Amino acid sequence: MTEQTVLELRGITKRYPGIVANDHVDFDLRAGEVHALLGENGAGKSTLMNVLYGLTKADEGETIVRGRPVSFSSARDAIAAGIGMVHQHFMLIPVMTVAENIVLGVEPSRNGVLLDEADAERRVAELSRQFGLAVEPGALVSTISVGQQQRVEILKALYRGAEILVLDEPTAVLTPQEAAELFEIVRSLKADGKSVVFISHKLNEVLEVADRITVLRRGRRIDTVPREGATEEGLARMMVGREVLLRVDKAPPAPAEVALEVEDLHVRDDRGLEKVRGVSFSVRRGEIVGIAGVDGNGQTELVEAITGLRAPESGRIAVAGTTLHGRVTARRMLDAGVGHIPEDRQRRGLVLEFTIAENLALHDYHRPPDSRRGWLFPARLLERAARLIAEFDIRGGGPLTPARALSGGNQQKVVVAREVARNPAVLVAAQPTRGLDVGAIEYVHRRLLAERDTGHAILLVSLELDEVLSLADRILVLYEGRIVGEHAAGASEAEVGFEMLGGRRQAA
Amino acid sequence: MSAPTATVPPEQEPSPSFAVRLGVAQRAGGIVVPILTAVLAFLAGGIVVAATGHNPWTAYRGIWQGAGFNWLFHVPWDTNTVHLDAFNLSQTLLVTTTLILTGLAVAFPFRCGLFNIGGQGQYLVGLIVANWVGVSFASWPTLPHVLLGVGAAAAAGAVWAGIAGFLKAATGAHEVISTIMLNWVAIWGGQYLFGQGGPLQNTQNPAAPESGAVAQSAHIPVFWGSPELQGLDVGFFVALAMLVVFWVLLNRTTLGYEVRAVGYNPDAAAYGGIDVRRSYLVAMAISGGFAGLAGALDMLGYLFQFGTLDVQASQIGFLGIAVALLGRNTAVGTGIAAFLFGGLLYGTTRGLDPNVFDPSLAGNLTSMIQGLIVLFVGADIFILYLWNARRKVRSRRRRLHEAAAA
Repeated sequence: MTEQTVLELRGITKRYPGIVANDHVDFDLRAGEVHALLGENGAGKSTLMNVLYGLTKADEGETIVRGRPVSFSSARDAIAAGIGMVHQHFMLIPVMTVAENIVLGVEPSRNGVLLDEADAERRVAELSRQFGLAVEPGALVSTISVGQQQRVEILKALYRGAEILVLDEPTAVLTPQEAAELFEIVRSLKADGKSVVFISHKLNEVLEVADRITVLRRGRRIDTVPREGATEEGLARMMVGREVLLRVDKAPPAPAEVALEVEDLHVRDDRGLEKVRGVSFSVRRGEIVGIAGVDGNGQTELVEAITGLRAPESGRIAVAGTTLHGRVTARRMLDAGVGHIPEDRQRRGLVLEFTIAENLALHDYHRPPDSRRGWLFPARLLERAARLIAEFDIRGGGPLTPARALSGGNQQKVVVAREVARNPAVLVAAQPTRGLDVGAIEYVHRRLLAERDTGHAILLVSLELDEVLSLADRILVLYEGRIVGEHAAGASEAEVGFEMLGGRRQAA
Repeated sequence: MSAPTATVPPEQEPSPSFAVRLGVAQRAGGIVVPILTAVLAFLAGGIVVAATGHNPWTAYRGIWQGAGFNWLFHVPWDTNTVHLDAFNLSQTLLVTTTLILTGLAVAFPFRCGLFNIGGQGQYLVGLIVANWVGVSFASWPTLPHVLLGVGAAAAAGAVWAGIAGFLKAATGAHEVISTIMLNWVAIWGGQYLFGQGGPLQNTQNPAAPESGAVAQSAHIPVFWGSPELQGLDVGFFVALAMLVVFWVLLNRTTLGYEVRAVGYNPDAAAYGGIDVRRSYLVAMAISGGFAGLAGALDMLGYLFQFGTLDVQASQIGFLGIAVALLGRNTAVGTGIAAFLFGGLLYGTTRGLDPNVFDPSLAGNLTSMIQGLIVLFVGADIFILYLWNARRKVRSRRRRLHEAAAA
């Protein structure tokens, strides 16, 4: 293997108002190497790669590609220099075929005008054979799986002659099986002499796939280490800057009476498609029931139905032993004792322009002590906020700070504080750690366990299988709107992951 | 345990909506931007005046005097020989009264995320109802008669705007479209009611397409100037009180909490248990109440009679949009903006000394300044865009230099 350096970033500094996103960061990539860029959300990984890809301009520092200093002003320049980037969110056109998407912009043409469909498909098939990336060139992108879409993105970059591939959080949208396949692809790319920058905040996958690992923290490069000798604990310490408890320590559950009961629930989405198709389960006080599944299998609609945000088509929901009949509203559910940590705290969980105090009052502003006969008492809101800010360790502002000014982790603490402080019979936590960094994830997990241990029922819905596996006392697998499997705590990732893709369990 | 408290870098923020960015830009600008906006609009207006061969200084001095501001701030260059300052100011305040209320009629739903273009229609409905009550019940004593007229007009305005609110809540029909349509219904309704053979046409002169005159018992008492010479009535204090009501409603009631929550983020409001559709309906109704009240105070305060031509010519409800925009949808801002526009409006029409500046030209100047202010307020976001574009151009130029040097 050559030790030639194909890419070097020297002293990259990028400042945004009030923050230095990159502070003299050095990074280098050797030919035929997988170099992971590891860091928490907001550590500056994406900024660094956007500088490399020509999407943003660094304030200081230089980019050197194959020994020559370059200055990219757009992604086109970067592509011309042999750099390809696969974004977290795919940039594919769903109504076009795989081949059409791949050749888009550099199409082979007949007579200079018409797209030569057959030639395009032939070239794509050739490319996919060469790199071992199985795709069906003639399939519409809208009909293929997320994992396949990602392969299309990679092929797109390769088709444009990329020698250096940047994969931005590539496993965020994948199931464990798809992730394993992706790692195979990365290895085969490496074998073909391509160099890969692998951006991630997940320790295990970085250790699995990378040759060297560079850790960023708060815009600074902390260290670059070879995979050999690196440990999860060591990397986590570098990422967070202190010791982190990676594994959740939990006592055995003590399930008591049923707090939430769902029976034969059917829910349609906004387009009228039936997304939840006859789901039944129950959650007891003192246990965490986890719902595992790939995104889009009915989780959102299930949570919305249980929390009163979406009227179910049919079925029964009972909270703390009382069945809710008739028109169910969010307020009725709140009053019945359902707490809800929503999957999108910025869109739903918080009014970002409201102060922390106002946000903490979102469910209770209409009743004493917050208000009486329609009159609001702001002083009472402030009192509660001061109490909860101290109790839940919310940092970065006081009761009158707008929620927008807080970091993601502290915004989530506001949500958690509001929901937990209401002492709900059942707490529905939908993706409670999405987008949070390691420290904040640890906090949320501990809080959820503490709630469980004080006898609350918790329904945890998460796309992160790790999270479900480590927190839940019982695991339900949701696939295409149905519960296709139930596991006790301690189930293996492979078992659950298999069912998440619709695989049937063997006679168990 | 210490969780990291790093601030969120820009890369992590989801790209915010236009309204949110506008809100942030406006708040970042604070009080400076609206003032700057007004100053710029006046400067641009002055340039146009100069381009037409007039002296902008004379023109603005004429407007200043015409608005009666000399009475408040006596300036050494006062050339007003007629000494109508007090009268002019009372007339400016009469217009300000209306503008405060039509401004609030736009500002309140704005805080709920709704754009009420229908202030004009709601104002007209208020005018019509107040006229009807004022002409009828002529035997009543003043206080109940005025209260009935004002109350009925405000309620009618509330119902009128409430239609748009109901359509929004029930079907999602966009309030901009429905309020504009309701404006036309009100305008043509007024034409019919006051026109020849219309139910509310005056009984004295069947040839004149205008309403009956409001009975003396329904006249709102004048406290400054002569009632015969269109003095300033106590409706002015009602408008000022409504500024306080607006603030209290928004900041000290659960209804205001709901309205603001829905205005900032309807999804989060629904999640919090707020009935978003009810909030739309209520916010529109309250807004219409403000506009209807404006119509009542005008009708019972100094108009007393209204013709079909007046219905067509009236623009004061639309001006409320500019007032609310310049006032940033706050109580204090709306009050100040209403005073500014009131002065501008009166100072360029009847108050203006024709020897100083041609009033027909001056009226156009007012419209232009209004237009520029609305444009500049909407331009906050455009200026941000230009700023970013400038940086891009600069970096491209730098690259060209680098390429040339290499």
